[in-house]
Amino acid sequence: MQNNTQNTSSGMSLIVKTVARILAGMIMLYGIYIVAHGHLTPGGGFAGGVIIAGSFILLYLAYGATAADSDKRKWYASLCESLGIFGFWIVAILGLVFGTYFLFNIFAKGTPFHLFSAGIIPVCNVAIGVEVAGALVGIFITFAAVKLLERK
Amino acid sequence: MVNSIPLFVVIPLGCAFILPVIGRRWERAGDLFANLVTVTLLGLAIWSVRFIRETTVYHVGGWGAVNGIPIGIYLVRDGLSIFMLVVVNLIAFVATLYSINYMEHFTDKTKYYTLFMLMLAGMNGVILTGDFFNLYVFMEIAAIASYALVAFGTEADELEAAFKYQVMGSVGSGFILLGIILLYSYTGTLNMADVGRVILDKGTSNLVWFVNVLFIVGFGLKAAVVPFHMWLPDAHPSAPAPISAMLSGVLIESIGVYPLTRIMYNVIGFDGVLSNILIVLAIISMMIGGLLALWQWDYKRLLAYSSISQVGYILLGIGLGTPLGLLGALFHLFNHSAFKGLLFLDSGSIVYSVGTRDLREMGELDRRMPITSKTNLVAAMSIAGVPPFNGFWSKLIIIIACIQAGRYGVAGWAILGSILTFAYILKAERYAFYGKAGRDLADVKESPPFMCVALIILAVICVVAGLMLLPNVRETILFPVVNTLTSGTEYIWRVLR
Amino acid sequence: MIHYLLGILLFVIGLYGVLVKRNLFKIIIGLIIMEYATFLLFALVGFREHGTAPIQPGVAGKVFVDPLPQALVLTAIVIGLGTTALIAGLAVRIYEKYGTLDIRKIKKLKG
Repeated sequence: MQNNTQNTSSGMSLIVKTVARILAGMIMLYGIYIVAHGHLTPGGGFAGGVIIAGSFILLYLAYGATAADSDKRKWYASLCESLGIFGFWIVAILGLVFGTYFLFNIFAKGTPFHLFSAGIIPVCNVAIGVEVAGALVGIFITFAAVKLLERK
Repeated sequence: MVNSIPLFVVIPLGCAFILPVIGRRWERAGDLFANLVTVTLLGLAIWSVRFIRETTVYHVGGWGAVNGIPIGIYLVRDGLSIFMLVVVNLIAFVATLYSINYMEHFTDKTKYYTLFMLMLAGMNGVILTGDFFNLYVFMEIAAIASYALVAFGTEADELEAAFKYQVMGSVGSGFILLGIILLYSYTGTLNMADVGRVILDKGTSNLVWFVNVLFIVGFGLKAAVVPFHMWLPDAHPSAPAPISAMLSGVLIESIGVYPLTRIMYNVIGFDGVLSNILIVLAIISMMIGGLLALWQWDYKRLLAYSSISQVGYILLGIGLGTPLGLLGALFHLFNHSAFKGLLFLDSGSIVYSVGTRDLREMGELDRRMPITSKTNLVAAMSIAGVPPFNGFWSKLIIIIACIQAGRYGVAGWAILGSILTFAYILKAERYAFYGKAGRDLADVKESPPFMCVALIILAVICVVAGLMLLPNVRETILFPVVNTLTSGTEYIWRVLR
Repeated sequence: MIHYLLGILLFVIGLYGVLVKRNLFKIIIGLIIMEYATFLLFALVGFREHGTAPIQPGVAGKVFVDPLPQALVLTAIVIGLGTTALIAGLAVRIYEKYGTLDIRKIKKLKG
C-alpha cells in the first residue's frame, strides 16, 4: 500500500501509468524492428533510435521524473550514447585496419532484401540506434531535471 | 600513403567518443589522450608537407567515380589543405598542452576535451573535404562544439555570449546550406570538382551569382567579417583561454576564410567583381576592428576585435587575387594563428594568476610574470609589424601586393590599419605589463610549467616563421600552396583525373 | 518554380523571427523555421513528377525521385536536432541566471 501511494503521488493517473507500462514495451519493440530493418525498409538507425527513446520518455512522463536518480540515469544514457557512437567508429575504421578505405563495406554483402545482408550497414544502424536513443533520453532527462530545479 | 588522409578526422573523433566513457573514473585520461592525439596529428600534418605539390584524392568507403561521375565523398589533400592542416594542428597541440594546467579550476575536464576533439575533427574535416554537403556537416560539428565550449564556464555572460554566437552561427549555416541546395539544383552534383566542371560547361547564371552572395554572407558570418561581426567580441573572450586561442587563431579561418577561398578560387572561379567585394569587406573589417579595439579595456575583448581586423588583412590578400597577394594572405593566416594564439594564451595566464581581464587592474606584470610578459612582447611586436618578427613580413607582402596591383588607395588603408594595430597593442602592453599596478599584485606568480612551455613554443614560432620567406624555403613550402589557388579551376581536373 | 519561392519565403519568415523577436524562445523558433525551410527546399529539389521510390528492384528505366537530397535532409535534420537541443539548453540556463527571457534585459555584454 505504501508503494502504491508513492506511485500515485508523482506522475499521472493510474490509467495513464498502466497504459504506458503496457505500451512502452511494444513501442520499444517497434523501434528495434525499425533499426534492424534499416537497410531494407524506410527508417533506420536514427528513426528507430528516436522511437526507442520515445518508449523511455513515455515511461518518464507517465511516472514523473524524480530528481534523486536523474544523475544516474543521465549517466546511463550518456554511456549508451558514447558506446553506440564508438561502436560505429570501430566498424568504420575496420576498413582502414584491413588495408582498404575508411568506412569500406568489409563484410560479405549477402543476398539483397534479406535481414542479414548489406555488410556493415545493419551493424552501423544498430550502433546509430543505440547512440540516438541514448542521446535523446539524455537530452530529455537534462531538461526534465532543470524543470525540477525550478519548482523547488 | 593515401591512408593517412582520413586519420586527421578519424583519430580526434575516436578520442571524442571514448573519452566520456573512460574519463568518468580516470580524471587524467583527458589530458593524456588529448595531448597524444594532437601530437600525433601535428606529426602527421608536418609529415604530409612532403606531398605539398601533389593532389591526392581519397574515396571514403571505396566509392570512386562511375563513368567519370563521382558518387561518393571525396577527401582531397593538396597544397592548401596541407598548409591549413599544419596551422590548425599546431595551434591545437599548443592549446591542449596549455589546457593541462589551465583547465584545472574548471569542473569537468573530460567534457572539455571531448568537445575540443570534436571541434578539431570538424576543422580538419572542413579542410580536407571535397564535397559540399560534407563541408556543411563538418562545419556544423566544429561550430556546435565551439558553441558549447564558449558556454563552458556557465556564468551569466558566457551563456549570453554563447547564445548570441549560436544564433548568428546558425543563421550563417542556414545561408550556406541554402547556397549548397541551390548549387545542387543547378548542377545536380555535390562534389566540389564536379560542381565546378558543370558550371564550366553550363556557364554561370544569375543563380550562381545568388549562391556567391549567400556564401559570402554565410562564411562571412563564420569568419566575422565586419557587417557580420557582432558575435565575435562577445564569444571569443568568454571562452576559456585555450579555446579563445583556437577560435580566434584557427576556427574563424578554417571554417570561414578557407572554405570561401576554396570555393571562390577552385570551384566557381574568381573574377573582378568578387575581388572588389572582398577588398571592400576587408578594408571595412580592418578599420572598424582596429578602431573598436582601441576603445576596449577588457584585454581579451581587445584581442577579439583585433582578430576581426587581422582577418581583414587575410581577406585583402585573397581579394587581390595576385600571386603575391595570395602569398601574403596565406603567410599572414599562419602568422595570425601563431601570434593571436599566443596573445590569447598570455591573456589566459594573466587571468589564471591575476584573476582579471581588465587592463586597468593590471600593471607591473613584467616583473611578476617574466615568461608571460616576454612571450607577450614577442607576440605584440609580431602583430604590430615590427621587423624581424613574422607579422612584419606578411603585412609588408600584402601592402607591396596592393601597390603592384595598382591599387594605391587600398595600400594606404592597409598601412593605416597597421598603424591602428600598433596603437591598440601598445596600449595593451603598456597597461598590462609596464604601467603602474591598478591594485596590489604582490602575490602574483608565474603560471604553471605546461602553460609556460606552450607559450614559449608559440613565441619561438613567431620569431622563426619569417624564415619561411628565405629563397629556398619559400619555393618548397609557400609557393606550391599559392599555386593551388592561382591555378584556379584546374583543381577540377586534378581531382577528377 | 512557385514551390521553390515558397521555400525561400519560409526561410525569410524564419530570418525575420530571428532578427525582430525579443523572446529567446521565439528566436529559437525562428531559427528552426529557417532550418526547416532549407530542408523543405532540399527535398523539393529532389522531387520528380510521377516518380517512384528508388529502392525497389526493377526500377531501371522508370522515373524515380532523387534519393540523394532525402538522405542529406535526414543528416541535416540530425544536425538540426543537436543545435536545437544545445540552444534550448542555453536558453534555459540563461533564464536561470537572469530570470527573464527578454533579450533587451539580458545585456551584460556590450560594446
